[in-house]
Amino acid sequence: MAGRLKATKKMKSIMKWYYIEAKYARYLGKKIAWITSGGPVEPLIAMNIIPIYPENHGAMIGASKKGGKMSEFAEGLGYSSDVCSYAKNDITSSITKESPIKGGLPKPDMLICSNNICGTVLKWYEIQARKFGVPLFIYDTPFVHTEFTEEAREYVNEQTKDYIRFLEKHTGKKFDYKKMKKVGKLSLEAMRLWKNVLETAEHKPSPMTAFDAFFHLALIVTLRGKKVVVKYYKQLLKELEVRNRNNVGAVDNEKYRLLWDNLPIWFRMRWLSEKFASHGAALVADTYTQAWCGVIDYVDENDFLSTMGEAYTRIHLNVGVDQMADTIKKFIKQYDVDGLVMHSNRSCKPYSFGQYDIQNLLQDEDIPVLMIEADMTDERKFSDSQAEARIDAFMEVIKQRKKEK
Amino acid sequence: MQKTAILTRFREVANAPYAYLRKLKSTTGKQMIGSTCAFTPEEFILAAGAHPFRIFGESESLSGADAHIQAYGCSMVRGMLEDGLSGKLDFADGVVFPHACDSIQRLSDIWRLNIKSLHFDVLLPVKLDTPTAKNYFVKVLQRFGKDIEKALGVHITDNALKEAVILMNNLRRRLKRLYTLQSEKPGVISGSDLAAIVKAAMVMDKQEAVTWLDELLVLLENEQGSQEKVKRILISGSVCSHPDIHQMIEDKGGVVVWDDLCSGTRYFEGIVDEEKPLVEAIAGRFTQRYVCPAKHLGVSFQMENLKKLVSTHKVDGVLFMILKFCEPFSFDYPDIKEELENMEIPFLLVEMDRHNEVDEQMRTRIDTMLEIL
Repeated sequence: MAGRLKATKKMKSIMKWYYIEAKYARYLGKKIAWITSGGPVEPLIAMNIIPIYPENHGAMIGASKKGGKMSEFAEGLGYSSDVCSYAKNDITSSITKESPIKGGLPKPDMLICSNNICGTVLKWYEIQARKFGVPLFIYDTPFVHTEFTEEAREYVNEQTKDYIRFLEKHTGKKFDYKKMKKVGKLSLEAMRLWKNVLETAEHKPSPMTAFDAFFHLALIVTLRGKKVVVKYYKQLLKELEVRNRNNVGAVDNEKYRLLWDNLPIWFRMRWLSEKFASHGAALVADTYTQAWCGVIDYVDENDFLSTMGEAYTRIHLNVGVDQMADTIKKFIKQYDVDGLVMHSNRSCKPYSFGQYDIQNLLQDEDIPVLMIEADMTDERKFSDSQAEARIDAFMEVIKQRKKEK
Repeated sequence: MQKTAILTRFREVANAPYAYLRKLKSTTGKQMIGSTCAFTPEEFILAAGAHPFRIFGESESLSGADAHIQAYGCSMVRGMLEDGLSGKLDFADGVVFPHACDSIQRLSDIWRLNIKSLHFDVLLPVKLDTPTAKNYFVKVLQRFGKDIEKALGVHITDNALKEAVILMNNLRRRLKRLYTLQSEKPGVISGSDLAAIVKAAMVMDKQEAVTWLDELLVLLENEQGSQEKVKRILISGSVCSHPDIHQMIEDKGGVVVWDDLCSGTRYFEGIVDEEKPLVEAIAGRFTQRYVCPAKHLGVSFQMENLKKLVSTHKVDGVLFMILKFCEPFSFDYPDIKEELENMEIPFLLVEMDRHNEVDEQMRTRIDTMLEIL
């Protein structure tokens, strides 16, 4: 048994200090910006502003199995039972202070929202902008159904300039372009390392699973552009490479390799991980965590600011369903997977609508697909028994097919 | 012509919009371009000699759409897809998908992959309140114009675009006048007739709609509204296309004096400035009129706008008709609710499973609200 990755402890410590710093930001003379998970964080790092991620917080709430209860509180305020549970968790926590982090998230001085992951964040951040009475900057990324147009390029690049002006206005400081250059390079280096980390799973047996990736993702989301992230992923990569050299798999006797689509089901991570492992199946890759390194090629290391607009616009969730299917096809080959598990996520419509069509587009791949209906944090929308029965049946199909091959 | 006869004509179109469009296509030979949202710049379609119309999601069953969009998609989006998949729209030459909500965005992808017709994505900005976004909006419209020209094999002249702007403005002014009359003289027309007229206007030949509206307005200008005191109701939401809702309200002494709906005022609010450069002026209308909550015009726009409508039209009660699974509208509701509570304006939220169905529970709740007022 491979056991826990040693880096896990380090990660927990980095995250702990990150939240402690944020809690005392005021005393350190630092400002806090709440930012969406796909938002351009690098200019914040360059300005010494602490980025805080309500979505990351939502995931923590989900993992602590409080998502259902906290969504219910928001529903009592009038929010629909059918809207994003991350948003509802955050809205609840900002009122009740209930949180896996003591006292909840530190109050924002400003909000940075990019709609490259969904339109929901726009509504969510408007709500919080009203609640906290703080300025909101929207980094608007036109959807790339088939083409990234010239006018879209110009629009996002102009918004990068607007963004800098916004930060200068609300911090009262000049933007530090010199520091930005360094931050840009570090961000790109972290993304490359993250890619390398994920690609260690090409090895058979895989040294890590998607469940590990969901956990170790936290730093590339929150603090990319900081040295500590680069250092951390170097350490993690080293550990995984050692596992590969020694043929140590994350799942004992890995027999089947699976690909995961959509956000994690945070409140059933361990259960799902053990369930698949009991069949000798490892979820070796996923479309979600790959999103933080899928756009490396669009960024110019020496001119991060002028090229980040395109990278932020062309992320996995902001492109057409057929492009998403192409990415999945690529992963099927790259990770040599035997099956695809799709989380049909009631909280995330842009990720979930189109999954049936992706299945149709994968017909030539001749690969079994399992769809699990759930929610990323709201356990009220998940049935263990139904999921268990479906996973068992799916694994039977995979076993039969593998035998026949 | 008698009022009843004019209203009957509008109702015929509203009851069977696709039958009207088939006929229009066969008589005029025009290419038919459908749209999925009130953010469609119809002027360009008209200027290209084609006919713009709104897709309503008329289908009763959603069995075809079920194979493409999960049950937690709103009935409007699933219904529109069903219309496309089932062949109800086989007369349509193309469909326009303006960037609006996440669901319409994915609908565009799914449509492109499954239904053969001309396909236009109009990648509008989400924020409409910055110079950068306004500048981009204009460029998106310019591209849409070129896309239409290329796809339909025509050249859009400045004159044709100007005529289209004038025609659409004429239509908008008349629809607005009709609404204003209802607000000034509640009951001057029945709510279901008014809803049918707006729906028909989204489908019909625009000039014909203007002519019919002129005939109707002449009559209504001289008519009186209800002689009894009415309860003045405002409906807010995305799409509410069931005529029974109005009947239910009117049976209890209420009149819908204004709405804030994609199937209502959002279609015709705002006038394009005919004196300005045309494309900029068309964009200007979209960025100035009141918009759907999937767009951003400041953090409190929706609340402030609704408050303004409530006071302008002396509204006694607000009925929120929100489609189940509609995120943009659902997220705004709690804060709007609070504002109305502060204003001591009664309101009711009705969550609709289907935009074109009325169930008993809905009826009871609306009845109760009207009785309380």
